[in-house]
Amino acid sequence: MLYKDEQLHEEKVFKDPVHRYVHVQDRVIWDLIAAPEFQRLRRIKQLGTSYLTFHGAEHSRFNHSLGVYEIVRRIIGNFEDRDDWNDGERLLCLCAALLHDLGHGPFSHSFEKVFKLDHEHFTQQIILGDTHVHTILERVESGFSQKVADVIDKTYEDKLVVSLISSQIDADRMDYLQRDAYFTGVSYGHFDMERILRVMRPIEDQVVIKSSGMHAVEDYIMSRYQMYWQVYFHPVTRSAEVILSKILHRAKYLFESNYMFKLKPFHFVAFFNEDVGLADYLKLDESIVFYYFQLWQEEDDAILQDLCERFMNRRLFKYIEFNPNLQMNEWMDLYKLFQEAGINPDYYLEVDSSSDLPYDFYRPGEEDERLPINLLMPDGNLKELSRNSDIVESISGKKRTDHKLYFPADTLTELSDDSPVKQRIMELLDVNQYLKGDEESVD
Amino acid sequence: MLTNHARLMQFFSEASDITGRKKLQKIIYILQKCHLPFEEKYQFHFYGPYSEELSLRVEELCNLGLIAEKKESVHNYIQYHYQITDDGKAFLEQFHLDMPDMTEQIAMLKAKSSRFLELVSTMLYFEGLTIDKLTKKIHTVKPKQNYTEVEIDEALQFIRTVNPVQ
Repeated sequence: MLYKDEQLHEEKVFKDPVHRYVHVQDRVIWDLIAAPEFQRLRRIKQLGTSYLTFHGAEHSRFNHSLGVYEIVRRIIGNFEDRDDWNDGERLLCLCAALLHDLGHGPFSHSFEKVFKLDHEHFTQQIILGDTHVHTILERVESGFSQKVADVIDKTYEDKLVVSLISSQIDADRMDYLQRDAYFTGVSYGHFDMERILRVMRPIEDQVVIKSSGMHAVEDYIMSRYQMYWQVYFHPVTRSAEVILSKILHRAKYLFESNYMFKLKPFHFVAFFNEDVGLADYLKLDESIVFYYFQLWQEEDDAILQDLCERFMNRRLFKYIEFNPNLQMNEWMDLYKLFQEAGINPDYYLEVDSSSDLPYDFYRPGEEDERLPINLLMPDGNLKELSRNSDIVESISGKKRTDHKLYFPADTLTELSDDSPVKQRIMELLDVNQYLKGDEESVD
Repeated sequence: MLTNHARLMQFFSEASDITGRKKLQKIIYILQKCHLPFEEKYQFHFYGPYSEELSLRVEELCNLGLIAEKKESVHNYIQYHYQITDDGKAFLEQFHLDMPDMTEQIAMLKAKSSRFLELVSTMLYFEGLTIDKLTKKIHTVKPKQNYTEVEIDEALQFIRTVNPVQ
């Protein structure tokens, strides 16, 4: 029997808190899960610093990847024997679903920003490079790894296959919304996925939704909207992320300044040099990052030591609402006042912005290129979702942006009360506002 | 926090005016590929490389009054125009930005249609491929645009001119 058709002697299942069970029958999938590059995902949290806000959010990219695979497996199961579905693409879809996040590193967003990396680039490298995953995929057939990489890169010729993993209603989002809601313990993020899976139909190069399932899709869109603002952009999580980025910036700066670390940061050297090879990348996971942060709490550099101590012990920055449109001059004043107070503003004063566009569809002339969610009407015609749903129409194309200014309130409090610099800083930061922010933080 | 915003403003300052959001997206991507220090993250969307980060930064610059956005109704869609404002020029003067000169590249890019820039940016996205594979890939990911071999040749020539390092 060909490797690509090989089935396990008996079906394997993973117990899963979101989908109850993840079913594996294909030998290829079983082998991919066992590959070291995939096992590495167990050591990378799905929600990065969110565990400092929602203590349950310790789940990993491994859990999520299995979840996306399971959803695609169920969708494909429903598509069997439908006219526009090519069952020859089944294994490709399953592999792409399983491997779509393979290139994520620890605390991806901060690492990517500071070290100018791109996890999608590493996903491609792992799939196409000299890895166990690549060897397994090439056993399926020569060139199969390239096909999987193309699906994940959204450049594969069959757009229907791409849209299962990457569209405005895809397996990736359906899994992370439910999984993140489950592990954070919030009540948003839940929607009737079983219903959505039942009303999905493959038509030509896209997945459409039977119009009778529109309300389930509305619920999904609103869940997504809520999760972004209540969980993913939670200001306490963002505060931890600001500190994390500052630690990485400081460590890089010290390395470039020939600072003598008590222990050479071997695992970070390639990152500091901005010359990260695949082997360097795969070696770095969260356990390694925490190891260095633990060590750096005892470094002689006061800034690195303080920032690491803050991150490890959740002594986070406070925040106030910030409107760049109206308050840019205040930010510049604060920057100078922090310098006068001996607090380095490059590390202790940061404006962080969050922005989300919950749903949109392509309009000629616009630059965004999102494919719409189309409803399959009883007469066989397709109708774009927001044309039929008042709820979705009300948020379509509406980008919401939020800016916050982060600073170390505890350090400021320690300044002498007689200091005019302190008084001016406190006035500008509006003490009452940030104290209110503190009370509202979760955990 | 504002270095990336300032880099974009330097671009708008040198470009004087940019017409079309799609054109803006593709120009910045091509300049990035010419090793100019724009750090906006791009992904391949259904119609080519696109950056949500760029879209957001431009919106922020407009909100700050540093860039002016003008909408114009053209047939059945909206055309967007961008120009740096006087406040933007004043801000840029205060910002000590170390950027290579890109005036010539911007002029070359502005002179091209957004359809052509879409082709160029897509070809740059697949820059590791051989010419044959690249041509096949263009027809795979952009079947509806029907790019001809002449256009692909012209785009290749353009890439060599705009970025001699390529």
